[in-house]
Amino acid sequence: MKIKLRVWRQENSKAKGKFVKYELDGVDPEMSFLEMLDALNEKLIKEDKDPVAFENDCREGICGSCGLYINGYPHGKGNKIATCQLHMRVFKDGDTITIEPWRSQGFPVLKDLIVDRNAFDKIMSAGGFVSIDAGQAPDANSIWVPKENADKAFDAAACIGCGACVAACKNSSAMLFVAAKVSQLALLPQGKAEAKRRALNMVAKMDELGFGSCTNTGACEAECPKGISIENIARLNREYLSASFSEPE
Amino acid sequence: MSRFFTSSIGQKFFMSITGIFLMLFLLVHLSVNSLLLVGDGELFNVAANFMGSNFIMKIIEPILALGLILHIFYATYITLKNQKARPQNYQVMNRSKADWAAKNMFILGGLILIFLVIHLGNFFWHVKFGTVDPISYNGGKEIHDLYSLVSGLFINWWWYDVIYILGAVFLFLHLTHGFWSAFQTLGWNNDKWIKRLKVIAYIYAIIIAGGFATIPAYFLIKYVV
Ligand code: HEM
Ligand code: SF4
Ligand code: FES
Repeated sequence: MKIKLRVWRQENSKAKGKFVKYELDGVDPEMSFLEMLDALNEKLIKEDKDPVAFENDCREGICGSCGLYINGYPHGKGNKIATCQLHMRVFKDGDTITIEPWRSQGFPVLKDLIVDRNAFDKIMSAGGFVSIDAGQAPDANSIWVPKENADKAFDAAACIGCGACVAACKNSSAMLFVAAKVSQLALLPQGKAEAKRRALNMVAKMDELGFGSCTNTGACEAECPKGISIENIARLNREYLSASFSEPE
Repeated sequence: MSRFFTSSIGQKFFMSITGIFLMLFLLVHLSVNSLLLVGDGELFNVAANFMGSNFIMKIIEPILALGLILHIFYATYITLKNQKARPQNYQVMNRSKADWAAKNMFILGGLILIFLVIHLGNFFWHVKFGTVDPISYNGGKEIHDLYSLVSGLFINWWWYDVIYILGAVFLFLHLTHGFWSAFQTLGWNNDKWIKRLKVIAYIYAIIIAGGFATIPAYFLIKYVV
């Protein structure tokens, strides 16, 4: 099939950037979206033009690097998929596809479709870990974890840090990401010890980096490739409020 | 704790507390107003005068005003900050699934505020600055004839009926999201309760907005058309 593309091109983080139109022939419906972009880049390289910069690594929905804003949807239209799991079969011959980078104060564009997601790493270094060596895997049943908590922590831990939640949110809020990272530890005994400090510090960092406030629109949950629930945001609020009222600073 | 007031979650906490307070007030307000629909207005007059003069309401009134001001202050602050959080917008409109009301809370709030100014001008102003006719029942104490003030407005100026019904529609939309959102903000939520609270939000919004809209509609149908 033949596809028309409108791609955001931007030389570097300082440059102004603009949309550039491309036409791509011979697109196979079996191709993944990123393979289609590979084909575009091969064509551009043959024509001695600068290929489109986009980030990717695992191409199987686990690394979280491939986020693109496609026709108004982060990771394209589709349920619980990352951009690398989107396939050309969902488009029709002659379709126009507009590809934009994530847009957020916290994610400045580096080049073309690549944004700097360092803000997420900074939030993680503010407390998204357990700071003591938790040792060997303990004997089963030596530490009791209710099955329900284990399941919920596991679900929260599925977050791949892709940033689609921020990209989808009208407020550019990073709450779903932070909520997932706080929840995965808050529910488990190893994470409990530092739970209060963690919630306070990660939220402070999130605010400092220019992400907006959550107004519970739920757009993040709808776009998250890992189906992280906004129930985690309620848990983050709970953790944060109780930490604020009890933890002396 | 010091960081709490300036943190994003802290600010939302105040929005939700003030929002819940306003929602409780609406319940009381509607209960009294529903008496406009029964009898010749004596019941309403007695109840409304009681609410206007008793000691507890005198304390609650300034708290309510403060709550509303705080709610509006934080709403404006948060909305402006959130717009700044995306300096460059997408070219293709965001299509991600989210309720219309949830995405337009500030606009809905602004419309409610315009309504509130009109509403306070219609009634509160007259009561505070004493231009309401007195009435007494069975030779009792003279009280404000608020029933005539309200029914007069709704019977003589049909467009006020329309404004009040529109006000109820905006309130309805604001509440369908605001109700459950307030609990989410307080952290009192999980997957099960999010679904339940969304349903309760609609029930609450229908009762409140439906109730308030019924009053002008009643006068409009009974006396005007
Ligand atoms: C009787 C009047 C009102 C009631 C009962 C009410 C109720 C609520 C409630 C319960 C919330 C949810 C709070 C939360 O999630 O933390 C809310 C949110 C909000 N309200 Fe109001 N409100 C009223 C008037 C206003 C006015 C006058 C404005 C603006 C000028 C406004 C703007 C907003 C905004 C922007 C939100 C944020 C949306 C969100 O976070 O969910 N509201 N309101
Ligand atoms: S919560 Fe979901 S959308 Fe947000 S970063 Fe994690 S995986 Fe991506
Ligand atoms: S390339 Fe790793 S998630 Fe898409």
